Amino acid sequence: MAIAKIVGIETEYGIVIRGTDESNPIAASSTLINAYLHATARDRAGASGRVDWDFEDESPGTDARGFDQADGSLAPEVETHLVNAVLTNGARYYVDHAHPELSTPECADALSVVRFDRAAELILRRSMAAATELLPPGQEIVVYKNNSDGKGNSYGCHENYLMDRTVPFGRIVAGITPHFMTRQIYCGAGKVGSEAPGLGVADVPFQLSQRADFFEEEIGLETTLKRPIVNTRDEPHADAQKYRRLHVIIGDANMSQLATFLKVGTTSIVLAMIEDDALDTDLRFATPVPTLRQISYDTTLSRTYLLADGRRISALEVQWNLLDAARTWAAERGLEVVGEEVGKEILTRWEEVLTDLEADPMRLADRLDWPAKLNLIERYRVRDGLEWGDPRLAALDLQYHDLREARSLAERVGLERLVDDDDATLAITEPPTDTRAYFRGVCLTRWPESIVAANWDSIVFDVGEDPLRRVPMMEPSRGTRAHVGSVLDRCSTPAELLEQLGS
Amino acid sequence: MAEREQIRKPAPAREDDEVAEAPAGSESGEKIKAELDDLLDEIDEVLESNAEDFVKSYIQKGGE
Repeated sequence: MAIAKIVGIETEYGIVIRGTDESNPIAASSTLINAYLHATARDRAGASGRVDWDFEDESPGTDARGFDQADGSLAPEVETHLVNAVLTNGARYYVDHAHPELSTPECADALSVVRFDRAAELILRRSMAAATELLPPGQEIVVYKNNSDGKGNSYGCHENYLMDRTVPFGRIVAGITPHFMTRQIYCGAGKVGSEAPGLGVADVPFQLSQRADFFEEEIGLETTLKRPIVNTRDEPHADAQKYRRLHVIIGDANMSQLATFLKVGTTSIVLAMIEDDALDTDLRFATPVPTLRQISYDTTLSRTYLLADGRRISALEVQWNLLDAARTWAAERGLEVVGEEVGKEILTRWEEVLTDLEADPMRLADRLDWPAKLNLIERYRVRDGLEWGDPRLAALDLQYHDLREARSLAERVGLERLVDDDDATLAITEPPTDTRAYFRGVCLTRWPESIVAANWDSIVFDVGEDPLRRVPMMEPSRGTRAHVGSVLDRCSTPAELLEQLGS
Repeated sequence: MAEREQIRKPAPAREDDEVAEAPAGSESGEKIKAELDDLLDEIDEVLESNAEDFVKSYIQKGGE
């Protein structure tokens, strides 16, 4: 049966250091994050004075299909031992490989994800300003919220969805793959050219997705090479008997808030339908990997693709089918698991974008990333009489994702906002109130000096003479303000809190 | 940041696709176009000065 869709997203940002010939992205990422942590510790506004991440119980090699990848075939992880902090809003901010990465706190609905994703952008923006103060004159660290360098190197924006453990993994794969392949028609971030082997800007001037070029498998555990449409990492960060965390690696990082809202919102609904076994239309494609790319390469959205059962279907038709099924499911079961009000908004906006995409995708140039970017680039190209291979167009693509307010093109194209910046600014320091991130965030705000380490499912306290005390948080929907707010309010010290919690 | 009023018709039911070609959509399209002309001028002011060097030097390591 469908359970509440608690969601978070992790974004790896592109990073460059200007004004020097030395290029060390790991050092630059560390400088960026440390500068932010120092600045906020100084102002007591956001970081917790530096509480480190706790790596206890991390197991990225466990496969949802029921085996452990212990034979060394998984690419080596090099993420540990670099800066890795927990913020008072419940987020994790760290260096992953050669990128700064920020994972939002656990959110109870898609609108909350949009809010914390915007807060993440503002955190990166503050980090750039703080880092630039520390660098020699003339040097600057610049961060891009995109997924590719245009030269065949990709970095991810991953989503995570809490799911019922009892649902067979094969049913999840069959049901979600067509959605993952076709949702790019509204949540693709757009890209000039192609990075697939043998293809270039002459073959693919512009495509819907940043990421489609990089997917080579239908299912698998990898994230850094041979990337799969469905990732099988089985690391629930919660009670493993009851839950799984579906780790989704196929999405683009979005500048458009509506794209993020729909990416997370529609996927939450489709996953809930799969849990309820309410997705009976069989939309499996005959050849998912090449079809994924073909969908990305067709900005007219008019092509059709072969299904496994021999029918042909367009990406839009797949999405209309899923929306119809979602409406039926919602009428029968309600929308409580994705948030009643937010759920209604997801269905309304889903229909709105499909309608406009069908009529003319450029209608969405004020709401979604790829139409906004294509519209901008095409106007610029026509005005200056440029060929598609002109580096000025690739430069526009890159600069669309620049997170500096003064340089970002995404900030200038008039995209609709779902969350205003005053509200997002609160989310830089304050956790969501309706997931366990509330407990984590409040403890870090009030007692940073007594917290040794924290991670998704526990906090380790040091309250003096006693041994260190680990408080487990295995239920993502507990530890909310409704659940622990009054206990937290009653306690003035962490020792009192531990006594009250009986741990 | 251009703050603009969003003009949007309510999403029609799917069967009404023919009716969906309502003036609101094209008005919105015209508005977007006019604003884009101004926008292109504004963007010229903030673009990286050497596009070719900028694109060439943007090299990232793979991640995830």
